[in-house]
Amino acid sequence: MKDHRNPRRRFLQAAGGLALTASPLSAPFVIAQPAPLKVGLMLPYTGTFAALGNAITNAFKLYVAEKGGKLGGRSIEYVVLDDESEPSKAVDNAGRLVNRDKVDVLVGTVHSGVQMGMVKVSRESGVLSIIPNAGADAATGGLCAPNIFRTSFSNWQTIYALGKVMVERGHKSAAWISWKYAAGEEMFKGFKEGYEKAGGRIVKELWLPFPNVEFQALITEIAAAKPDATACFFAGGGAVKFVKDYDAAGLKARIPLYGNGFLTDGTLQAQGASAQGIYTTLHYADSLDIPKDREFRLNYAKTYKLQPDVYAVQGYDAAQLLDVGLRAVKGDIKAKGQLVAAMENVTIDSPRGRWKVSKAHNPVQDSYLRQVVGEQNKYVAVAWKALEDPARGCKMTA
Amino acid sequence: MDPVIFLIQVLNGVQYGLLLFLVASGLTLIFGILGIINLAHGSFYMVGAYLAFSLTERMGNFWLALAAGVLLAVALGMALEWLVMRFLYPRDHLYQVLLTYGLILVFEEARSLIWGDDVHGVQVPAALDFSIPLTDTLSYQVWRLVMSAVCLAIAAAMYWLIQRTRLGMMIRAGAVNREMVQSLGIDIGLLYRVVFALGVALAALAGMLAAPVSSVFPGMGNQVLIISFVVVVIGGIGSVKGALVAALLIGLADTFGKVLLPQLAGMVVYLLMAAVLLWRPQGIFGRT
Repeated sequence: MKDHRNPRRRFLQAAGGLALTASPLSAPFVIAQPAPLKVGLMLPYTGTFAALGNAITNAFKLYVAEKGGKLGGRSIEYVVLDDESEPSKAVDNAGRLVNRDKVDVLVGTVHSGVQMGMVKVSRESGVLSIIPNAGADAATGGLCAPNIFRTSFSNWQTIYALGKVMVERGHKSAAWISWKYAAGEEMFKGFKEGYEKAGGRIVKELWLPFPNVEFQALITEIAAAKPDATACFFAGGGAVKFVKDYDAAGLKARIPLYGNGFLTDGTLQAQGASAQGIYTTLHYADSLDIPKDREFRLNYAKTYKLQPDVYAVQGYDAAQLLDVGLRAVKGDIKAKGQLVAAMENVTIDSPRGRWKVSKAHNPVQDSYLRQVVGEQNKYVAVAWKALEDPARGCKMTA
Repeated sequence: MDPVIFLIQVLNGVQYGLLLFLVASGLTLIFGILGIINLAHGSFYMVGAYLAFSLTERMGNFWLALAAGVLLAVALGMALEWLVMRFLYPRDHLYQVLLTYGLILVFEEARSLIWGDDVHGVQVPAALDFSIPLTDTLSYQVWRLVMSAVCLAIAAAMYWLIQRTRLGMMIRAGAVNREMVQSLGIDIGLLYRVVFALGVALAALAGMLAAPVSSVFPGMGNQVLIISFVVVVIGGIGSVKGALVAALLIGLADTFGKVLLPQLAGMVVYLLMAAVLLWRPQGIFGRT
């Protein structure tokens, strides 16, 4: 019951997208200029992840606008497509952008299942692709490819540092709880590896089917197991409910709750007092003391009358990374080898702090420890300096 | 399993089951009496939750918001019945599925336009915002007990309404033979409108009661829709008593399934449904 779109609506969206790309603002038809570079934005604009898709799009366009609407001397034309976070349509949608619309660059997406379909199309067509969110480990692991870059994170990377933090804070035993689906299992592997290496022991593993939000039975199990702490992965509506249920069950004070940043990102207003004091790890935080971040936040807020979030940062960096490649080849997207080499050897000056591109094309970035204070995920410390995804199964790392 | 923990898990199961009953009772009424397969029932649950969120913010009092929300839900139900539902009674189930599925899209889109796609929280009424310690680590949220009490009260009220009042008698008669009731001079159109509105109000009430613990988020209705249908099918279509028994069964099965059979947690409820249907294809309290 996930897909609620009807064909007429999709047609209207497509028509809207066409109207947008045909508008003189995004595609100035001036004679004797190189043709605009077509950037396909395949992101969720409806459904649960709509806010994320919009944040990424906003920030991408913000960077391009800051550069006068041009990257590497080429003006940018957008082809926008709503992927609806619907994995079953992913291959068709990505194929349409690549084969019919002939995009030069494919940017997207948020949902890992959709990403797997896009990765397939990217690998087969060789089109330059930049992933601005989806964390599926395989995208820069077993399925890594020279033309696929990621400016966000791998699932492993978001939570690996958490185990060390928990042991340092005196929590030698922990319960784990999450949804039983691909992302939840990847997060668990990352957490387990980091926690056990640091000397911690997982005493209870609890799972529930995605996206079930009846946590009460499992929270009771945590209370019965009495671990030193609980680590979890939840996001969105489920994260709000879990944090509130956990607090209402009186566990928060006795068995502290930890997670990766998705537990408390974009959800703090709804979680209210229940989230106060929770520690999480992520590659971005509020009140980072980084000049680039202050500048980015100011510009974003001015342009969109909205506060940017981690997703916006990832979208902004996707545009930055593309700019690096295009500048190196003076806008000639066909010079793939040179373009990719330039993108591989860059240090991105990101609002999240500087990061380099790993051999598998995933960011090598700091993992921050953050704590919820008011409605902010306040920066506490660097939990892991320059954390690199192990990129298991990726042939480019050899 | 430790006996105390076992009892707490039973409490969890019963509490979840009672909430399920509240959602499913409206569905079984509409299904059993009007003969409508109402896929939009989950949307009414969602509308209830969002109404609780908006009205509580505006009125500053959860109970006032609850009362206003129920009235709005009744009005919505009446309007929907008059606007679309009444054209469905003589038609095939396929038309009903198509139309009510369409309503899901309409409600999701309207929700997105009115409230946006963010997750929201609703505050538990201050006087009830505390927990009772059960073990040295675990406390029980009082609001969950309040929810259960309200669900039980509604169950009793529905039993009284359907079995003991004149309206209930007409509803029961209307379910058995629409034409006969009509020819006895009862305005069957109005009767059906009332029943439909009652069903909508029950779903919305469940959404409102659950809002403080479940939070309010896009697509929340779809999660309860399927499980509500399971309740209705297990309990027997149209049987409110069956819905109560089935909801409690499912609440307990889901709770203990998650704890004892974590690998099958997603399936336990459906296995239960399959088992019941093998034993009684018409549901536990269904008419043969």
